[in-house]
Amino acid sequence: MEIKSPQFKKNAKAALADEQLQKALSHVRSKFIEKRATAVRELDCFNELRDNAVAIKKHTIKHLDLYLERFEEKVLEQGGQVHWAATARDARGQVLDICRKIAAKTVTKGKSMISEEIGLNEFLEVNDVTPIETDLGEYIIQLRGEHPSHIIAPAVHLNMDQIREDFREHHTELPEDRSLEEPISLLQEARGILREKFLGADVGITGANFLIAETGTSVIVTNEGNGDLTQTLPRIHIVLASIEKVVPTLEDTSQILRVLARSATGQEMSVYTTLSSGPKRGDDPDGPDEFHVVLLDNGRSSMLGTEFEDMLRCIRCGACMNHCPVYHAVGGHAYGWVYPGPMGSVLSPSLAGIENTGHLPNASTFCGRCESVCPMRIPLPKMMRHWREREFELHLSPASQRRNLKLWAWFAKRPKYYRLFSRLSHLALKMLAGKSGRISFLPLAGGWTRFRDMPGPEPKTFMQAWQDRSTRDQPQ
Amino acid sequence: MSSRGEILDRIRSAVGGVATDKMRKANVERRLKRHPVGILPWTYKNNDQVITQFTVKAKKADSTVERCKSADVSKAIVRFLKKHNLPAACRIGADRKLKNLLKGQEAVLEITHGPNDGSQLTGVSCALGAAAETGTLFLVSGKDNPTTLNFLSENHIVVIHKKDILKHQEDLWVRLRRKYGAGKLPRTVNLITGPSRSADIEQTLILGAHGPQRLHIIVVMN
Amino acid sequence: MSKPSSPRVALFVTCLVDLFRPSVGFATIKLLEDAGCKVDVPISQTCCGQPAWNSGDRENTRKIAETVIQTFESYDYIVAPSGSCAGMLKMHYPEVFAGDAKWMERANLFSEKVFELTEFLHDVMNVKKLKQKLNSNITYHDSCAGLRELGISKQPRTLLKSIKGVKLAEMKDSETCCGFGGTFCVKYPEISNSIVETKTENIESSGADVLLAGDLGCLMNIAGKLKRQGSTLEVRHVAEVLAGMTDTAPICDTNKKTVAKGR
Repeated sequence: MEIKSPQFKKNAKAALADEQLQKALSHVRSKFIEKRATAVRELDCFNELRDNAVAIKKHTIKHLDLYLERFEEKVLEQGGQVHWAATARDARGQVLDICRKIAAKTVTKGKSMISEEIGLNEFLEVNDVTPIETDLGEYIIQLRGEHPSHIIAPAVHLNMDQIREDFREHHTELPEDRSLEEPISLLQEARGILREKFLGADVGITGANFLIAETGTSVIVTNEGNGDLTQTLPRIHIVLASIEKVVPTLEDTSQILRVLARSATGQEMSVYTTLSSGPKRGDDPDGPDEFHVVLLDNGRSSMLGTEFEDMLRCIRCGACMNHCPVYHAVGGHAYGWVYPGPMGSVLSPSLAGIENTGHLPNASTFCGRCESVCPMRIPLPKMMRHWREREFELHLSPASQRRNLKLWAWFAKRPKYYRLFSRLSHLALKMLAGKSGRISFLPLAGGWTRFRDMPGPEPKTFMQAWQDRSTRDQPQ
Repeated sequence: MSSRGEILDRIRSAVGGVATDKMRKANVERRLKRHPVGILPWTYKNNDQVITQFTVKAKKADSTVERCKSADVSKAIVRFLKKHNLPAACRIGADRKLKNLLKGQEAVLEITHGPNDGSQLTGVSCALGAAAETGTLFLVSGKDNPTTLNFLSENHIVVIHKKDILKHQEDLWVRLRRKYGAGKLPRTVNLITGPSRSADIEQTLILGAHGPQRLHIIVVMN
Repeated sequence: MSKPSSPRVALFVTCLVDLFRPSVGFATIKLLEDAGCKVDVPISQTCCGQPAWNSGDRENTRKIAETVIQTFESYDYIVAPSGSCAGMLKMHYPEVFAGDAKWMERANLFSEKVFELTEFLHDVMNVKKLKQKLNSNITYHDSCAGLRELGISKQPRTLLKSIKGVKLAEMKDSETCCGFGGTFCVKYPEISNSIVETKTENIESSGADVLLAGDLGCLMNIAGKLKRQGSTLEVRHVAEVLAGMTDTAPICDTNKKTVAKGR
């Protein structure tokens, strides 16, 4: 997808002025946080599980090549196929090749962020294969020609009246006078339409929450059941997964599952956790004839051994964005690329280049709430700071900002001059405040005074007042 | 170089390279062979507590649960169908245990066999087991209990024997290994916790998305 | 670490207290002295270096950090009336020197002695009760660095509740960021504004007359917004109320007659 992260500031302003969006975001602020907090409170070993989940992922990353090889071996053993894709382009090509071999016309899709990352839908469309998103949220945004604004709740930026209008506009085969007042009627309408699509699709594409090396299994975690219909009904099932999704064993999967749903939606378990190992077998009445796994790297292996390696632990639960004040304010689209929120502000620069995404790691207050709720204990603020370091080293941060910083640092390193610097600043602030005790316009800090007052300073700086007191108290 | 070689080489050089391969391989083999159990939540004093936990958690996930004797399973099914104004008919696979439980009830309950092609309102399956910790059912693919019954049925009834309700997911992995062999699984294992749902519209939870609208669990107590 | 009976404590003033609100510094000194500390203010102190650190400038951060450590390392404790600056000194300094074993060790020894004010009073000096009286309905905002880097939440509340006449009216989402974020608030002013608007809404709905917090950055941000919105709420640093030193007008206010002095 086209990257709009360089226009983050503009996107954010538009988002803040968008009343529909702001209304929709209020649901994120309240519901997600509350549900997670309850789920976590009800499981007394939640933090121990987090620690263990982290340990599992760390172990896996240190042995990633070997686990991937084992995973591949087991998939082949079961009659499946594995396609290694170094780049997004490779992955797209592999998917299209599989579709073309059976002259596929329609492809149903379970929710997959990897599909977004590699721009699969657009690519299939121009190659005469019709992709049909089947997750309700994904389906809605596909109708609107949008991309997900949240990694687990793709249509979280929309309100019901918008969805109602979309359905009326697109589902023209249905009676015009039907009632779509309640959310359930919208859901049932989508269900009815998509049921036909499931049954008629040639290929089903899903993502994967885990790849289990022990058994050559791909796992999806969902609530709607669309992922299961996507992978069970068509002749071919393609799994799109990135390389860091691999875990060693079934037991390891269980450990991480226990923190995944609780962190994401506040459920103890999502409704469907489905383990798929290869194509249809002998006397199995259901299942696909072919089972393919596309293993995508697309920049991830280059994160290994760097300060961004910990990001490969991410299990895409979305807790970081659910708790992020910046995400709450502007929503996911403002970030301008596939992955929004704190995890995106760390991952996007790795995958799409810091030169395109420089705003993202800067647009954080470093409040640390993302890290505090991350089931994988990923130090997100620290990694955003590492991106700021890269930007600073590469001279990518704005010139004015660098100049101010340099000037300030010159003083901060020299105590004597720093005193003078603060006295002069103090004097200037005092003049600006006059008698009112507060400043309503401050040069160089218009961003502050446009929205709020700035307190005027007290008569003296602390250091002046302290030195006065000391001389008074201790006569020579 | 192939993508495969390229990716694996890059990983290898970043995580320690060929020099440490022998040790790393041993680590991997050990973990796969021993599949260590991590942290197991909840403790149970007795089997009754396990069943209770299962029931509480399954209900919390919006399943309905009832306990009955093996002789009454078909009655329970008929009662469920009646309660929801559904035709007295259901689809089942080739599961022998289930067939036995429903034997002789053809007069009150029309039973057809095979996968669901989308036209069957109610599917009945037999679960391989369940994890009490979250009220989660474990179903495996195959002719006995076709996967489509789990997803294309609007109403899904799952029969499980109380001895198959275990404490944790990990207990089920042990059972699966015993049944299918180490490192092997049936094509699909479905962990199901409640009826299908979506909260994609304004974060409002609605039951019955693409999968079943109702999930009824019958626990056979004898 | 065993506690010396009358520890020598260095006050880390912080830039904002120095420049905008010396009364917070003096309130801190009073609280520390009342708790039995010998307080000193090293005159050659500057900044903790956080602005450079968070802007990705490691080199300058390191130079500033070296100066700070040299200035403060001889004291028993270093106390700052700010969770943010204390967090920088305590949690980030060792990382600043990553790869330099000698300085890293020095930084570790230094960092162990650094505390935020309420944390120090409550956890180290074992102050659980304050003597003064104050009739006031207070709401407390948890500043992010204090809360999440240092785990400060109950300490200021315990101390406040020990003051006779104080009523704590918790606001909704007191743990949510106020949108200050250091340079964030001038780099992304519209987003910062939206976040602080949510915060002031929650503060107003708490029904409190006084807003307190442990960080001047957050307080200036919130007070500046409240005043722009025409609110009459009184905003102060928690140290001022704990020390009973509320003579100075509230932040962003000229009105000397204050709620916190009792009505």
